Amino acid sequence: MKVTEKDVLYVAELANLELTETERARMVRDLNSILEYVDRLNQLDTSNVEPMAQTADRYGIDQGKTGTARFAYAMREDKTGPSLPRDVAMENAPESDGAFFKVPKVIER
Amino acid sequence: MDIGLLTIESARTAILERQTTAVALAESFYRKIEADDPKIGAYLTLTRERALAKAAHIDAIADKGDPLPPLGGVPIAIKDVLTMRGVRTTAGSKILNNFVAPYDCTAVARLEAAGAVVLGKTNCDEFAMGSSNENSGYWPVRNPRDLTRVPGGSSGGPAAAVAAGTAVAALGSDTGGSIRQPASFCGVVGLMPTYGRVSRYGLIAFASSLDHIGPITKSVKDAAILLRHMAGRDPLDSTSAPVPVGDYAAEIGEPVRGLRLGVPKEYFGDGLDAEVRTAVERAIQKLAEAGCEVAPISLPHTPYAIPTYYVIATAEASSNLARYDGVRYAYRSPQARTLSEMYRRSRDEGFGAEVKRRIMLGTYALSAGYYDAYYLKAQRVRTLLARDFEAAFQQVDAVVTPTSPTPAFKLGEKVDDPLAMYLADIYTVTADLAGVPGISVPCGESKGGLPIGLQILGRHFDEATVIRLAHAYEHARAG
Repeated sequence: MKVTEKDVLYVAELANLELTETERARMVRDLNSILEYVDRLNQLDTSNVEPMAQTADRYGIDQGKTGTARFAYAMREDKTGPSLPRDVAMENAPESDGAFFKVPKVIER
Repeated sequence: MDIGLLTIESARTAILERQTTAVALAESFYRKIEADDPKIGAYLTLTRERALAKAAHIDAIADKGDPLPPLGGVPIAIKDVLTMRGVRTTAGSKILNNFVAPYDCTAVARLEAAGAVVLGKTNCDEFAMGSSNENSGYWPVRNPRDLTRVPGGSSGGPAAAVAAGTAVAALGSDTGGSIRQPASFCGVVGLMPTYGRVSRYGLIAFASSLDHIGPITKSVKDAAILLRHMAGRDPLDSTSAPVPVGDYAAEIGEPVRGLRLGVPKEYFGDGLDAEVRTAVERAIQKLAEAGCEVAPISLPHTPYAIPTYYVIATAEASSNLARYDGVRYAYRSPQARTLSEMYRRSRDEGFGAEVKRRIMLGTYALSAGYYDAYYLKAQRVRTLLARDFEAAFQQVDAVVTPTSPTPAFKLGEKVDDPLAMYLADIYTVTADLAGVPGISVPCGESKGGLPIGLQILGRHFDEATVIRLAHAYEHARAG
């Protein structure tokens, strides 16, 4: 699967990165080099292998239960409690009015 | 007293016995940082006020004759991917140049509660992405053992600080080897606990199913002490394990006679430097002399670990780094006229090249039409890699390997070839993918004086065996 400049532009849009022309050219080269190496995963027959999303599956999960009851170890009471105060949460805001984050106008495309 | 040689125990004892005060000790570390760190570049931010306040608090306890907390007055450094409330936290990135964290990382908070004095935040590869600390948005870190060479990465800063004696111990993070490999390059100890052993709350996320926090120290015992105080279930991290924490330091001297060690052939093939091979084989021999049984094993899917890692880690990173959009915190591009421009320019201007490369790779792997071929495929191979370890641990109690195929390489040597840089992680990524714990402990030097590391991997939540073996080796080597 060869990556073209068109692919790079498309993926950059998905990733919200405005790459410069030099960056784009470099990215075509680098992505192709890495993906060529990644292609060797196809040497393996994984048709009967379950995907592993995370290793934490091996502790805590109660396979004897069904649905969300299996994750009881990670659950808490559905009760409100203290959380990050708004003024603290907004301290790093580039622009705000104290209550909302301010951003440039959204322009319809 | 040469403060560069202090361990956690000797530092705490010095304060307990009033050979020094916690404040005087912290001040002497700051003088050492001022003198020695400019040529190394390990520190990004010093937390003097907080450190001296903590030290004064410890001194007040000591003055009253009350019992000193377990880490009372011990000066440590924290990798800048871990948050501390009210402290500038950059993750090694310009995009977070002015970010002041609004909450404490649980692991750091637990160490501070045990009396540790945080001297400052250390440099690292940007967002923990790198194997040489050359991807820092600020400046590269130099290896204290050879200033023309890299300290390793991404926890190059913490490893260099401990190796240079500008901190007694440090916390790093490990996603593909980022604690163990720099520990190996700098000649110090680096422990990556089992995934879920230490809460990730307050660790700026790179790849959520692979990230770990762990100690970088001068001795295995120091690593055991820090682990005991950091580990354990945290309601703020639902992936933190409800598994009891052992007293790793107290049990450290238990005999290793009869433990079975597996030596996987896939870690001793092409690409392994001859001097590293010799040092590691000699180390394994020392463990055999201590009574361990050594057996050859195979971890057959090892050649597929790097491509698996670089699909999964980058995919998760592309998702985790989507939050840096200039809206609520972090860098916002000043010239943006529209919201879309603001997102794209803030990210392109704020992120470094390696971070952008990984975001692009991850986004591509997750995009419609490629998700099954790349991301899902990699997750299936991850299962195969985890099964390799499960099978091995039916036969052996620990797996011993080199930490890295080579000692520290020269600054600039691999920056133009991302793939060559990725291959430096070849012996460390498997443990992150399988979620097993691992330690790197110094086991010798190259003819040029460069440190070499021995890696010991263990079963899930069996840090006790990993620590015991590493400690036994450390003592056999010294004796």
